[in-house]
Amino acid sequence: MNPNAYLVLSGIIFSIGAIGVLLRRNAIVAFMSVELMLNAANLAFVTGSRVWGTLDGQTAAFFVMVVAAAEVVVGLAIIITIFRTRNSASVDEASLLRW
Amino acid sequence: MISSLLKLAEVSTPGAISFEPLVFWLCGGLAVIGAIGMLVSHKAVHSALWVALTMINLAVLYALQSAPFLGVAQVVVYTGAVMMLFLFVLMIVGVDAADSLVETIKGQRRIAILAGVILVVALVILLGNSFSIQTADLVNADSAYGGNVQGIAALLFGKYVLIFELTSALLITAAVGAMVLAHKERTAPKKTQAMLARELFASGTYQGPLPTPGVYARHNSVDTPALLPDGSVSEISLPGPIVARGVVKKINQSDLDGVQIISEGLGLVASENEEGDK
Repeated sequence: MNPNAYLVLSGIIFSIGAIGVLLRRNAIVAFMSVELMLNAANLAFVTGSRVWGTLDGQTAAFFVMVVAAAEVVVGLAIIITIFRTRNSASVDEASLLRW
Repeated sequence: MISSLLKLAEVSTPGAISFEPLVFWLCGGLAVIGAIGMLVSHKAVHSALWVALTMINLAVLYALQSAPFLGVAQVVVYTGAVMMLFLFVLMIVGVDAADSLVETIKGQRRIAILAGVILVVALVILLGNSFSIQTADLVNADSAYGGNVQGIAALLFGKYVLIFELTSALLITAAVGAMVLAHKERTAPKKTQAMLARELFASGTYQGPLPTPGVYARHNSVDTPALLPDGSVSEISLPGPIVARGVVKKINQSDLDGVQIISEGLGLVASENEEGDK
């Protein structure tokens, strides 16, 4: 099967994630969109790995997964901290860089 | 006819998995549906479940592209750990915290959608022709170390061992950082059970069990108010929903008579006993 189909799929999912970051006001949903973009990048990595016939792409996707897991933990902790002080998880509320 | 179909299948996918296009279109379609569902659902929990659908389908696509280890890791790490962490945080933040639909920047939504469409078109045009070579088989790379997992392990602990070590530093930093961020400093000493009980009764409100509906009355259904010894209705005996629905039963004169008899010590039991004595 043509590997470009996988790349196009990855591009579509990446774009939907980007639109989600731009559109959604809930910080958690915006964060989910970022995860979606990372997943799309992973799909491109795996496809590349298959096309070149080496496992380097899969290793890169593995590292992306690890970094994404670490990023989610810190990001969600930040969202919880902001929610505690502002009682809201909307990205519009936190516009002052303090409190 | 069957033989010609088989021949067609052979020609279209020489030596490779013949059901690949079918699985690709099924799982790819479901992944896109999940992503769009994430985008349009108003509640954050629904978004999280849609993203989980996308991630599971991407895991199938990884496995389809001879990356079984990543497929399993995707299910375990993303749908199992990351999305469930999202759901936990949603429980803390409030499940029904819906998105506000008010635009902070005027026309931002329209511009964002336009930019997204441009991005989709650009990426599809760009990526649609990126690989001109046919897919190489990963069999050689896999078989060099005995399998997919072994091959990735050889890369992780060989060529990329420094990055792997840095990743461990990153993970422990993230864990400590999350603990520091989510930690709440206690401003007042923790209240003990005894202090809580003292506070409760010092407030002066009635803390005993409430009278059940129908006490001193001829019925014990919840819509019958309890009567006080002087025949008046005890307000605290009425359940809130019953009062709100306005279905509280009226008190009969016979109930009031009964209350009077009991409160004067002329209960039925007593009179029966007197009769028995005679």
